[in-house]
Amino acid sequence: MRTILYLIRKEFIQIFRNRFISKAIFAVPIIQMLILVPAVTFEVKNIDLCIIDNDYSSESRRLINKLEGSAFFRIYFTTWSEKEANDLMHKNKCKVILNIPSGFGRELGSRKPAGLIASVDAINASVAQLSWAYLNGVISDFNRENASVATGSLLQGPPATIEVTNRYWYNEKLDYKYYMLPGILVILVTAIGFLLAGLNMVREKEIGTIEQINVTPVRKHQFIIAKMVPFLIIGLIDLALGLLIGKLTFNIPFEGSIMLLFLGATLFLIAVLGMALFVSTLSSTQQQFMFVAFFFVIVFILMSGIFTPFESMPVWAQKFDLVNPVAWLIRINRMVMLKGSTINDISTELIALSVIALSSTLFAVRRYRKTV
Amino acid sequence: MKRFVAFVRKEFLHIFRDIRTLIIIFGIPVAQILIFGFVVRTDIKNAGVAIMDLSQDDVSRKLADKIISSGFFLNSGYLSSYNEIETEFRKGDTRAVIVFGENFGRNLIREGKAVMNIIADGSDPNAATLITNYTMAIVRDFNIEIAGSAFSGSGVIVPEVKMFYNPNLESHFMFVPGVITLILILICALMTSVTISREKEFGTMEVLLVSPLRPVQIILGKVTPYFLLSFINVILILLMSWIVFDLPVKGSLLLLLAETMLYILMSLSLGILISTISDTMQQAIFISFLGLMLPTIILSGFIFPLENMHQVYNLVSMIVPPRYFIIIIKNIMIKGTGLMFVWKETLAILLMTVLFISISIHKFRLRLE
Repeated sequence: MRTILYLIRKEFIQIFRNRFISKAIFAVPIIQMLILVPAVTFEVKNIDLCIIDNDYSSESRRLINKLEGSAFFRIYFTTWSEKEANDLMHKNKCKVILNIPSGFGRELGSRKPAGLIASVDAINASVAQLSWAYLNGVISDFNRENASVATGSLLQGPPATIEVTNRYWYNEKLDYKYYMLPGILVILVTAIGFLLAGLNMVREKEIGTIEQINVTPVRKHQFIIAKMVPFLIIGLIDLALGLLIGKLTFNIPFEGSIMLLFLGATLFLIAVLGMALFVSTLSSTQQQFMFVAFFFVIVFILMSGIFTPFESMPVWAQKFDLVNPVAWLIRINRMVMLKGSTINDISTELIALSVIALSSTLFAVRRYRKTV
Repeated sequence: MKRFVAFVRKEFLHIFRDIRTLIIIFGIPVAQILIFGFVVRTDIKNAGVAIMDLSQDDVSRKLADKIISSGFFLNSGYLSSYNEIETEFRKGDTRAVIVFGENFGRNLIREGKAVMNIIADGSDPNAATLITNYTMAIVRDFNIEIAGSAFSGSGVIVPEVKMFYNPNLESHFMFVPGVITLILILICALMTSVTISREKEFGTMEVLLVSPLRPVQIILGKVTPYFLLSFINVILILLMSWIVFDLPVKGSLLLLLAETMLYILMSLSLGILISTISDTMQQAIFISFLGLMLPTIILSGFIFPLENMHQVYNLVSMIVPPRYFIIIIKNIMIKGTGLMFVWKETLAILLMTVLFISISIHKFRLRLE
């Protein structure tokens, strides 16, 4: 035990000797969190609309007014030229072109179905679908108004309709900060832990100081534990700092138990550090390690469901996430922080992280050779 | 010049000597494009939705069926009271609960009006918005169905929609260009900053500096092989996005390659800049990986549309070079537009390249004195 403590002390001295790294491990996550968290939003509003009004009737103007009044649309341009409208879309100046054909008002007036063509910039498929849904909503309202006017004159009640009301739990106003802050913190802690722990080990190999450790009676597991603990502590401090500052600046709610969150984070960090050390036992230069780290960190992050919904991924990707520690911790964070889930609710996640943590550490210890 | 060529040859030998690194340099971008092209998507599919039907009549059952069978959702269970919602959400598999109040069908027929309630788990705001909107659209269709006869007497707008550039609404139209942008800048900046700071850390830079090669030649010699490797990478990636994702280059291939070369050059000079300000490889890797990764993912328009962000971020993202390249690559690849539409973005990347190179040269000279 004393050996491990001495080794840990040595590691701390080595980490904090580098003036840049010693500041950056705390400053980089906090600064990035403060700048990036408020940026993130998927909210679609003020969709720029270009209208080709070939009809120019009172009906077409009524529809345009209705669109203008909706919070989702902003009329960027009105034109008669289809080419001009297409150019605007190419230039990314408008997202939707609404083409009102001539005769639109006449058809409506004579109670016939009137056509309308909407062209949506669909490079971002989900934004396109939302824009179309909003546009359709405005048109439906317009239709309903017309219908009630028409049926009203025939002395009938309006057609039966189902109204939809909706509520968002845990995050009434759909504040994206609540959702992104835990995610961004996890990403930064993952990347820092994985990179630094692994680089540290490979560096000893590359400049040869590992030989000096190898000839001492230090046991394999002692060495690996000593390489892990400093970064575990740094990671937890980063997380605590991030949460504290997040609470103070963005007023992020914290429904569940903090201890539970840190239990999850500890298991997670052991898993990530174990993987990093395992990869570093396989690489011989910092360059090699860096590329492998780059690959895994990016894959872990983009496949974790931080930025994109987990269920939308193909099945093989969801299976892969069984061994992706980031995916598990993201679930734990959001459930504990925003929903106040208890240890029973997240037992699966905790068990999975424990299994990953245990096996990756064992792999690292086994793979580390004291002989050359 | 002869010296320079010899130096470049030496650098090539360094890279090719290490087969593992070479495999990694080519393997990683290709693997990542493949994985993320399939995986990264922001639309909703198979989201867990629970039904709470307190009315249990024909209309509520029919509408619930219609919602569940729409393809966006999976039925994650039936609830019978409001108290169960909390437990259901806490377990995490249900994203939304659809509630039909008592006498749903009767109210609809007798009073001409019935209320359905969507309760969505707002802890994931994006999924919550999409689920709510998709469900509302389904109910709207249902309303038109039941009111069909009433509507037919009046003039109705029948809108028709054309999805421009991406008629099948494939997610990878958005993400393949984004992934190319992200991976190129990270790989290029990492490779150059590491290779130069390595010489500094091991002291071999001193050896190079006392050689008859000029500092500029040393830097160029270090960067040239990576420029060529990255260019081969780009061609591989474009081939893959064409073959695997059926995403050919709609505009001019020549223009796209030229723009990509400029972007690679910018990323490499960013790497040089990073290496001039870091003394160890660890530091260089820290800056080029941790410093670039998240800003590139979040502020470039890769996943989150820039238009919807707060005004301030329109300015902040000006200094994020991938922001410009994403626009360029989407324009040329997907929209098929020419230089006329992207000259501003091209100019921005060009200016950044010049800026990075001149700061690096300045810093490098200071070191020599």
